[in-house]
Amino acid sequence: MVNVNGVHDMGGMHGFGPVIAERAEPVFHARWEGTVRAIFERTNGRYFNIDEFRRVMERMPADAYLRASYYEKWLYAIETILKEKGVVTADELAAGQPSLPPPSPARKPDPPPRQTPRFNAGDRVATRNLNPKGHTRLPRYARGKRGVIRTHYGSFPLPDSNAHGREPDWQPCYAVEFDARELWGTEAKPGDRVCIDLWESYLEPEAPA
Amino acid sequence: MSDQHRHDPDQSYNENDAHDHGNGGGAHHPDAPSEIEARTLALESLLIEKRILTSEDVDRVVSAYEHDIGPMIGAHLVARAWLDPGYRRRLLKDAPAAVRELGYEYHADTRLVVIPNQPGIHNMVVCTLCSCYPWMVLGLPPTWYKSAPYRSRAVSEPRAVLAELGLQLPDEVAINVWDSSAELRYMVLPERPAGTEGWTEEELAKIVTRDCMIGVARPQLPALVGTR
Repeated sequence: MVNVNGVHDMGGMHGFGPVIAERAEPVFHARWEGTVRAIFERTNGRYFNIDEFRRVMERMPADAYLRASYYEKWLYAIETILKEKGVVTADELAAGQPSLPPPSPARKPDPPPRQTPRFNAGDRVATRNLNPKGHTRLPRYARGKRGVIRTHYGSFPLPDSNAHGREPDWQPCYAVEFDARELWGTEAKPGDRVCIDLWESYLEPEAPA
Repeated sequence: MSDQHRHDPDQSYNENDAHDHGNGGGAHHPDAPSEIEARTLALESLLIEKRILTSEDVDRVVSAYEHDIGPMIGAHLVARAWLDPGYRRRLLKDAPAAVRELGYEYHADTRLVVIPNQPGIHNMVVCTLCSCYPWMVLGLPPTWYKSAPYRSRAVSEPRAVLAELGLQLPDEVAINVWDSSAELRYMVLPERPAGTEGWTEEELAKIVTRDCMIGVARPQLPALVGTR
Protein backbone atom coordinates (compact mmCIF):
# COMPACT_ATOMS: atom_id res chain seq x y z
CA MET A 1 0.00 0.00 0.00
CA VAL A 2 1.16 3.51 -0.69
CA ASN A 3 0.64 6.98 0.54
CA VAL A 4 0.94 6.40 4.25
CA ASN A 5 0.25 9.68 6.05
CA GLY A 6 -0.81 11.31 2.81
CA VAL A 7 -1.08 14.93 1.82
CA HIS A 8 -4.88 14.78 2.14
CA ASP A 9 -4.37 14.85 5.92
CA MET A 10 -3.99 18.62 5.96
CA GLY A 11 -4.84 19.71 9.49
CA GLY A 12 -2.08 21.93 10.85
CA MET A 13 -0.04 22.12 7.64
CA HIS A 14 1.47 25.43 6.57
CA GLY A 15 2.13 26.99 3.22
CA PHE A 16 -1.18 26.89 1.38
CA GLY A 17 -1.82 30.61 1.65
CA PRO A 18 -4.89 32.54 2.74
CA VAL A 19 -8.50 31.40 2.56
CA ILE A 20 -10.11 33.28 -0.29
CA ALA A 21 -13.82 33.05 -1.03
CA GLU A 22 -15.07 33.21 -4.58
CA ARG A 23 -17.77 35.83 -4.95
CA ALA A 24 -21.19 34.63 -6.14
CA GLU A 25 -19.88 31.13 -6.65
CA PRO A 26 -22.16 28.89 -8.71
CA VAL A 27 -23.15 25.45 -7.39
CA PHE A 28 -21.36 23.83 -10.33
CA HIS A 29 -18.77 25.70 -12.41
CA ALA A 30 -19.45 23.54 -15.44
CA ARG A 31 -21.83 20.81 -16.51
CA TRP A 32 -19.22 18.07 -16.10
CA GLU A 33 -18.97 18.78 -12.38
CA GLY A 34 -22.67 18.05 -11.97
CA THR A 35 -22.25 14.90 -14.04
CA VAL A 36 -19.45 13.70 -11.78
CA ARG A 37 -21.60 14.40 -8.75
CA ALA A 38 -24.52 12.46 -10.27
CA ILE A 39 -22.29 9.50 -11.16
CA PHE A 40 -21.07 9.44 -7.58
CA GLU A 41 -24.59 9.50 -6.19
CA ARG A 42 -25.68 6.62 -8.45
CA THR A 43 -22.68 4.42 -7.62
CA ASN A 44 -21.70 5.23 -4.01
CA GLY A 45 -23.10 2.58 -1.67
CA ARG A 46 -23.92 0.30 -4.61
CA TYR A 47 -20.50 -0.54 -6.05
CA PHE A 48 -18.22 0.90 -3.39
CA ASN A 49 -18.50 2.38 0.07
CA ILE A 50 -17.57 5.92 1.05
CA ASP A 51 -14.38 4.85 2.80
CA GLU A 52 -13.18 3.00 -0.30
CA PHE A 53 -13.91 6.15 -2.31
CA ARG A 54 -11.89 8.32 0.08
CA ARG A 55 -9.06 5.81 0.16
CA VAL A 56 -8.78 5.80 -3.62
CA MET A 57 -8.69 9.59 -3.70
CA GLU A 58 -5.96 9.59 -1.05
CA ARG A 59 -3.90 7.31 -3.28
CA MET A 60 -3.59 10.08 -5.86
CA PRO A 61 0.04 11.14 -6.17
CA ALA A 62 0.55 14.02 -3.75
CA ASP A 63 1.46 16.58 -6.42
CA ALA A 64 -1.58 15.68 -8.51
CA TYR A 65 -3.83 15.79 -5.45
CA LEU A 66 -2.70 19.31 -4.63
CA ARG A 67 -3.04 20.55 -8.21
CA ALA A 68 -6.42 19.03 -8.96
CA SER A 69 -9.69 20.85 -8.44
CA TYR A 70 -12.25 19.20 -6.18
CA TYR A 71 -14.23 17.54 -8.95
CA GLU A 72 -11.07 16.52 -10.79
CA LYS A 73 -10.19 14.54 -7.68
CA TRP A 74 -13.68 13.07 -7.63
CA LEU A 75 -13.52 12.03 -11.27
CA TYR A 76 -10.14 10.41 -10.70
CA ALA A 77 -11.49 8.53 -7.68
CA ILE A 78 -14.69 7.39 -9.42
CA GLU A 79 -12.85 6.19 -12.53
CA THR A 80 -10.32 4.34 -10.40
CA ILE A 81 -12.75 2.66 -8.04
CA LEU A 82 -15.21 1.66 -10.76
CA LYS A 83 -12.32 0.01 -12.62
CA GLU A 84 -11.05 -1.70 -9.48
CA LYS A 85 -14.53 -3.00 -8.72
CA GLY A 86 -15.01 -4.27 -12.26
CA VAL A 87 -17.94 -1.96 -12.95
CA VAL A 88 -16.15 -0.56 -16.01
CA THR A 89 -12.89 -1.52 -17.70
CA ALA A 90 -10.23 0.65 -19.27
CA ASP A 91 -10.99 -1.05 -22.62
CA GLU A 92 -14.66 -0.21 -22.35
CA LEU A 93 -13.85 3.41 -21.55
CA ALA A 94 -11.51 3.62 -24.52
CA ALA A 95 -14.00 1.97 -26.88
CA GLY A 96 -17.04 3.75 -25.45
CA GLN A 97 -18.90 0.45 -25.60
CA PRO A 98 -19.78 -1.96 -22.81
CA SER A 99 -18.44 -5.47 -23.11
CA LEU A 100 -19.19 -6.86 -19.67
CA PRO A 101 -22.29 -6.58 -17.50
CA PRO A 102 -21.59 -4.70 -14.27
CA PRO A 103 -21.46 -6.63 -11.02
CA SER A 104 -24.55 -6.69 -8.84
CA PRO A 105 -24.93 -3.70 -6.56
CA ALA A 106 -24.19 -4.26 -2.89
CA ARG A 107 -27.09 -5.02 -0.61
CA LYS A 108 -28.14 -2.47 1.98
CA PRO A 109 -25.73 -2.49 4.91
CA ASP A 110 -26.82 -4.01 8.19
CA PRO A 111 -28.11 -1.70 10.88
CA PRO A 112 -25.50 -0.83 13.49
CA PRO A 113 -25.19 -3.33 16.35
CA ARG A 114 -25.83 -2.20 19.90
CA GLN A 115 -22.46 -2.01 21.57
CA THR A 116 -21.57 -0.97 25.07
CA PRO A 117 -19.20 1.97 24.77
CA ARG A 118 -15.93 1.71 26.62
CA PHE A 119 -15.97 5.43 27.37
CA ASN A 120 -18.55 7.85 28.70
CA ALA A 121 -18.96 11.59 28.32
CA GLY A 122 -16.38 13.33 30.49
CA ASP A 123 -13.85 10.46 30.42
CA ARG A 124 -10.26 11.50 29.86
CA VAL A 125 -8.69 9.66 26.94
CA ALA A 126 -5.53 9.70 24.87
CA THR A 127 -5.35 9.00 21.14
CA ARG A 128 -3.00 6.27 20.05
CA ASN A 129 -0.01 7.18 17.98
CA LEU A 130 -1.17 5.20 14.95
CA ASN A 131 0.53 5.45 11.58
CA PRO A 132 -1.30 2.76 9.62
CA LYS A 133 -0.19 1.73 6.14
CA GLY A 134 -3.70 2.23 4.80
CA HIS A 135 -6.67 4.51 5.34
CA THR A 136 -7.53 6.02 8.70
CA ARG A 137 -9.68 8.86 9.99
CA LEU A 138 -7.44 9.69 12.92
CA PRO A 139 -5.83 12.92 11.69
CA ARG A 140 -2.09 13.17 12.08
CA TYR A 141 -2.34 16.32 14.20
CA ALA A 142 -4.40 14.48 16.81
CA ARG A 143 -2.24 11.41 17.37
CA GLY A 144 -0.80 10.82 20.82
CA LYS A 145 -2.87 13.66 22.30
CA ARG A 146 -5.01 13.89 25.41
CA GLY A 147 -8.67 14.78 25.19
CA VAL A 148 -12.07 14.36 26.80
CA ILE A 149 -15.03 12.34 25.54
CA ARG A 150 -17.82 14.76 24.76
CA THR A 151 -20.50 12.61 23.08
CA HIS A 152 -20.99 8.94 22.26
CA TYR A 153 -22.65 8.71 18.83
CA GLY A 154 -23.36 4.99 18.63
CA SER A 155 -21.49 2.54 16.43
CA PHE A 156 -20.10 3.04 12.94
CA PRO A 157 -17.91 0.78 10.78
CA LEU A 158 -14.23 1.51 11.30
CA PRO A 159 -13.00 3.27 8.12
CA ASP A 160 -9.57 1.65 8.48
CA SER A 161 -11.24 -1.70 7.67
CA ASN A 162 -14.11 -0.50 5.52
CA ALA A 163 -11.80 1.32 3.11
CA HIS A 164 -10.06 -1.94 2.28
CA GLY A 165 -13.16 -4.00 1.61
CA ARG A 166 -12.98 -5.98 4.83
CA GLU A 167 -16.00 -7.07 6.85
CA PRO A 168 -17.43 -4.10 8.77
CA ASP A 169 -15.67 -3.60 12.09
CA TRP A 170 -18.37 -1.78 14.03
CA GLN A 171 -17.07 0.35 16.85
CA PRO A 172 -18.44 3.07 19.10
CA CYS A 173 -17.63 6.51 17.75
CA TYR A 174 -17.22 9.61 19.91
CA ALA A 175 -16.82 13.35 19.64
CA VAL A 176 -13.56 13.92 21.49
CA GLU A 177 -12.66 17.40 22.65
CA PHE A 178 -9.05 18.59 22.68
CA ASP A 179 -7.64 21.73 24.22
CA ALA A 180 -6.09 23.69 21.34
CA ARG A 181 -2.89 24.03 23.39
CA GLU A 182 -2.61 20.25 23.67
CA LEU A 183 -2.65 20.10 19.86
CA TRP A 184 -0.71 23.21 18.89
CA GLY A 185 1.31 24.28 21.88
CA THR A 186 1.37 27.47 23.84
CA GLU A 187 0.69 29.74 20.86
CA ALA A 188 -2.87 28.49 20.76
CA LYS A 189 -5.38 30.56 22.67
CA PRO A 190 -6.39 29.19 26.08
CA GLY A 191 -9.99 28.05 25.98
CA ASP A 192 -10.04 27.26 22.25
CA ARG A 193 -10.88 23.65 21.48
CA VAL A 194 -11.02 21.21 18.59
CA CYS A 195 -13.59 18.40 18.56
CA ILE A 196 -12.90 15.36 16.38
CA ASP A 197 -15.03 12.29 15.69
CA LEU A 198 -12.97 9.27 16.65
CA TRP A 199 -13.52 5.53 16.74
CA GLU A 200 -12.97 3.57 19.92
CA SER A 201 -9.84 1.74 18.75
CA TYR A 202 -8.13 5.11 18.18
CA LEU A 203 -8.46 5.80 21.90
CA GLU A 204 -7.17 4.53 25.20
CA PRO A 205 -7.84 5.72 28.74
CA GLU A 206 -5.50 8.53 29.61
CA ALA A 207 -2.48 7.12 31.42
CA PRO A 208 -2.16 8.46 34.97
CA ALA A 209 0.37 11.28 35.06
CA MET B 1 -5.78 24.05 -15.95
CA SER B 2 -3.78 26.96 -17.28
CA ASP B 3 -0.15 27.39 -16.29
CA GLN B 4 -0.69 30.30 -14.00
CA HIS B 5 -2.86 28.04 -11.88
CA ARG B 6 -0.63 25.00 -11.78
CA HIS B 7 1.01 26.07 -8.56
CA ASP B 8 -2.32 27.10 -7.21
CA PRO B 9 -4.84 24.29 -6.73
CA ASP B 10 -8.51 24.54 -6.00
CA GLN B 11 -8.28 27.54 -3.74
CA SER B 12 -7.31 31.16 -4.18
CA TYR B 13 -10.20 32.28 -6.27
CA ASN B 14 -10.69 35.82 -7.31
CA GLU B 15 -12.99 37.45 -9.75
CA ASN B 16 -10.47 37.40 -12.56
CA ASP B 17 -9.70 33.75 -12.56
CA ALA B 18 -12.94 32.30 -11.29
CA HIS B 19 -14.16 31.55 -14.81
CA ASP B 20 -11.26 29.23 -15.43
CA HIS B 21 -11.48 27.10 -12.33
CA GLY B 22 -13.12 23.75 -12.33
CA ASN B 23 -13.38 23.37 -16.08
CA GLY B 24 -10.01 21.82 -16.56
CA GLY B 25 -8.77 24.38 -19.05
CA GLY B 26 -11.82 24.63 -21.24
CA ALA B 27 -11.72 28.41 -21.02
CA HIS B 28 -8.78 28.44 -23.40
CA HIS B 29 -10.50 26.18 -25.93
CA PRO B 30 -14.14 27.02 -25.61
CA ASP B 31 -15.21 24.83 -28.51
CA ALA B 32 -13.37 21.60 -27.77
CA PRO B 33 -14.09 19.60 -24.66
CA SER B 34 -11.21 19.69 -22.22
CA GLU B 35 -9.51 16.46 -21.25
CA ILE B 36 -11.53 16.34 -18.03
CA GLU B 37 -14.81 16.97 -19.85
CA ALA B 38 -13.98 14.24 -22.35
CA ARG B 39 -13.23 11.75 -19.57
CA THR B 40 -16.47 12.66 -17.82
CA LEU B 41 -18.46 12.23 -21.01
CA ALA B 42 -16.82 8.86 -21.71
CA LEU B 43 -17.65 7.57 -18.24
CA GLU B 44 -21.16 9.02 -18.33
CA SER B 45 -22.05 7.44 -21.67
CA LEU B 46 -20.59 4.07 -20.67
CA LEU B 47 -22.58 4.05 -17.43
CA ILE B 48 -25.71 4.99 -19.36
CA GLU B 49 -25.08 2.06 -21.75
CA LYS B 50 -24.69 -0.16 -18.71
CA ARG B 51 -27.96 1.13 -17.27
CA ILE B 52 -26.26 2.32 -14.09
CA LEU B 53 -27.02 5.97 -14.87
CA THR B 54 -29.54 7.87 -16.97
CA SER B 55 -29.25 11.38 -18.35
CA GLU B 56 -32.28 12.20 -16.23
CA ASP B 57 -30.23 11.29 -13.15
CA VAL B 58 -27.72 13.95 -14.08
CA ASP B 59 -30.42 16.56 -14.74
CA ARG B 60 -32.13 15.67 -11.49
CA VAL B 61 -28.98 15.88 -9.38
CA VAL B 62 -27.88 19.19 -10.93
CA SER B 63 -31.32 20.69 -10.55
CA ALA B 64 -31.70 19.47 -6.97
CA TYR B 65 -28.49 21.18 -5.85
CA GLU B 66 -29.11 24.28 -7.92
CA HIS B 67 -32.68 24.81 -6.73
CA ASP B 68 -33.89 22.62 -3.88
CA ILE B 69 -31.05 21.66 -1.53
CA GLY B 70 -29.33 24.72 -0.17
CA PRO B 71 -28.77 27.02 2.80
CA MET B 72 -32.43 28.06 2.78
CA ILE B 73 -33.16 24.75 4.50
CA GLY B 74 -30.65 25.39 7.27
CA ALA B 75 -31.86 28.99 7.60
CA HIS B 76 -35.41 27.74 8.06
CA LEU B 77 -34.30 25.41 10.88
CA VAL B 78 -32.37 28.22 12.56
CA ALA B 79 -35.20 30.74 12.34
CA ARG B 80 -37.67 28.23 13.73
CA ALA B 81 -35.27 27.35 16.55
CA TRP B 82 -34.92 31.04 17.42
CA LEU B 83 -38.68 31.41 17.68
CA ASP B 84 -39.63 28.10 19.28
CA PRO B 85 -37.61 26.81 22.26
CA GLY B 86 -39.26 23.39 21.97
CA TYR B 87 -38.15 23.12 18.36
CA ARG B 88 -34.66 24.23 19.35
CA ARG B 89 -34.45 21.38 21.84
CA ARG B 90 -35.63 18.86 19.26
CA LEU B 91 -33.17 20.21 16.68
CA LEU B 92 -30.24 19.84 19.07
CA LYS B 93 -31.35 16.37 20.19
CA ASP B 94 -32.27 14.78 16.85
CA ALA B 95 -31.54 17.02 13.90
CA PRO B 96 -32.67 14.62 11.13
CA ALA B 97 -36.11 14.37 12.77
CA ALA B 98 -36.23 18.15 13.14
CA VAL B 99 -35.44 18.54 9.44
CA ARG B 100 -38.34 16.23 8.56
CA GLU B 101 -40.59 18.06 11.01
CA LEU B 102 -40.35 21.16 8.81
CA GLY B 103 -41.40 19.16 5.76
CA TYR B 104 -38.03 18.41 4.17
CA GLU B 105 -36.87 15.01 3.06
CA TYR B 106 -33.89 13.49 4.81
CA HIS B 107 -32.33 10.70 2.76
CA ALA B 108 -28.74 11.13 3.84
CA ASP B 109 -26.94 8.11 5.22
CA THR B 110 -24.98 10.47 7.45
CA ARG B 111 -26.36 11.98 10.63
CA LEU B 112 -26.79 15.72 10.98
CA VAL B 113 -25.70 17.20 14.31
CA VAL B 114 -26.49 20.82 15.17
CA ILE B 115 -24.08 22.67 17.47
CA PRO B 116 -25.40 25.84 19.13
CA ASN B 117 -23.27 28.94 19.55
CA GLN B 118 -23.53 30.32 23.06
CA PRO B 119 -22.46 33.52 24.72
CA GLY B 120 -18.66 33.23 24.85
CA ILE B 121 -18.42 30.11 22.66
CA HIS B 122 -18.27 30.22 18.88
CA ASN B 123 -18.37 27.01 16.82
CA MET B 124 -17.04 26.41 13.32
CA VAL B 125 -16.93 23.36 11.09
CA VAL B 126 -14.18 21.89 8.91
CA CYS B 127 -13.18 18.54 7.45
CA THR B 128 -9.39 18.39 7.45
CA LEU B 129 -9.22 14.93 5.84
CA CYS B 130 -11.57 15.50 2.89
CA SER B 131 -14.50 17.92 2.61
CA CYS B 132 -17.38 16.51 4.68
CA TYR B 133 -20.15 19.09 4.87
CA PRO B 134 -23.80 19.22 6.00
CA TRP B 135 -25.04 19.23 2.39
CA MET B 136 -28.50 18.03 3.38
CA VAL B 137 -29.21 21.41 4.96
CA LEU B 138 -26.68 23.72 3.28
CA GLY B 139 -26.35 22.28 -0.22
CA LEU B 140 -22.92 21.68 -1.72
CA PRO B 141 -19.96 23.40 -0.08
CA PRO B 142 -18.24 26.49 -1.47
CA THR B 143 -14.80 25.97 -2.97
CA TRP B 144 -12.99 27.69 -0.11
CA TYR B 145 -14.40 25.13 2.33
CA LYS B 146 -12.84 22.34 0.24
CA SER B 147 -9.56 24.17 -0.28
CA ALA B 148 -6.17 23.36 1.23
CA PRO B 149 -5.88 26.72 3.06
CA TYR B 150 -9.13 26.18 4.97
CA ARG B 151 -8.62 22.47 5.63
CA SER B 152 -5.08 22.98 6.88
CA ARG B 153 -5.58 26.08 9.01
CA ALA B 154 -9.11 26.03 10.44
CA VAL B 155 -8.00 23.68 13.23
CA SER B 156 -4.67 25.33 14.05
CA GLU B 157 -5.32 29.04 13.54
CA PRO B 158 -9.08 29.50 13.46
CA ARG B 159 -8.95 33.19 14.40
CA ALA B 160 -6.74 34.06 11.45
CA VAL B 161 -8.98 32.05 9.12
CA LEU B 162 -12.12 33.75 10.44
CA ALA B 163 -10.49 37.16 10.01
CA GLU B 164 -9.65 36.35 6.37
CA LEU B 165 -13.29 35.44 5.85
CA GLY B 166 -14.37 38.71 7.46
CA LEU B 167 -15.23 37.72 11.02
CA GLN B 168 -13.28 39.35 13.87
CA LEU B 169 -14.12 37.54 17.08
CA PRO B 170 -13.61 39.28 20.40
CA ASP B 171 -10.71 37.79 22.36
CA GLU B 172 -12.94 36.64 25.18
CA VAL B 173 -14.93 34.37 22.85
CA ALA B 174 -13.60 30.80 22.80
CA ILE B 175 -13.64 28.87 19.55
CA ASN B 176 -14.69 25.24 19.21
CA VAL B 177 -13.65 23.82 15.86
CA TRP B 178 -15.47 20.65 14.75
CA ASP B 179 -13.32 18.46 12.53
CA SER B 180 -15.83 16.25 10.82
CA SER B 181 -14.01 12.94 10.49
CA ALA B 182 -16.85 10.39 10.78
CA GLU B 183 -20.32 10.02 9.28
CA LEU B 184 -21.64 12.93 11.31
CA ARG B 185 -22.28 16.25 9.62
CA TYR B 186 -22.13 19.38 11.71
CA MET B 187 -24.14 22.57 11.30
CA VAL B 188 -23.77 25.59 13.58
CA LEU B 189 -26.85 27.16 15.15
CA PRO B 190 -25.91 30.85 15.36
CA GLU B 191 -27.07 33.13 18.15
CA ARG B 192 -30.02 35.34 17.37
CA PRO B 193 -28.79 38.90 17.06
CA ALA B 194 -30.22 41.67 19.19
CA GLY B 195 -32.56 43.97 17.30
CA THR B 196 -34.62 41.17 15.75
CA GLU B 197 -37.35 41.16 18.36
CA GLY B 198 -40.75 40.71 16.78
CA TRP B 199 -39.39 39.52 13.44
CA THR B 200 -41.23 36.78 11.59
CA GLU B 201 -39.67 33.43 10.80
CA GLU B 202 -39.26 34.50 7.19
CA GLU B 203 -37.53 37.74 8.13
CA LEU B 204 -35.21 35.92 10.49
CA ALA B 205 -34.32 33.24 7.93
CA LYS B 206 -33.13 35.95 5.54
CA ILE B 207 -30.24 36.96 7.80
CA VAL B 208 -29.05 33.37 8.35
CA THR B 209 -26.46 32.85 5.66
CA ARG B 210 -24.62 29.68 4.70
CA ASP B 211 -21.46 31.04 6.29
CA CYS B 212 -23.24 31.61 9.61
CA MET B 213 -24.12 27.92 9.68
CA ILE B 214 -20.57 26.81 8.80
CA GLY B 215 -19.51 29.09 11.64
CA VAL B 216 -17.38 31.58 9.72
CA ALA B 217 -19.85 34.46 9.99
CA ARG B 218 -22.48 35.82 12.34
CA PRO B 219 -25.94 36.95 11.32
CA GLN B 220 -25.89 40.62 10.39
CA LEU B 221 -28.81 42.99 10.51
CA PRO B 222 -29.48 44.91 7.31
CA ALA B 223 -27.86 48.35 7.52
CA LEU B 224 -31.15 50.19 7.38
CA VAL B 225 -33.05 48.08 9.80
CA GLY B 226 -35.54 50.87 10.53
CA THR B 227 -36.81 50.89 6.96
CA ARG B 228 -37.19 47.18 6.43
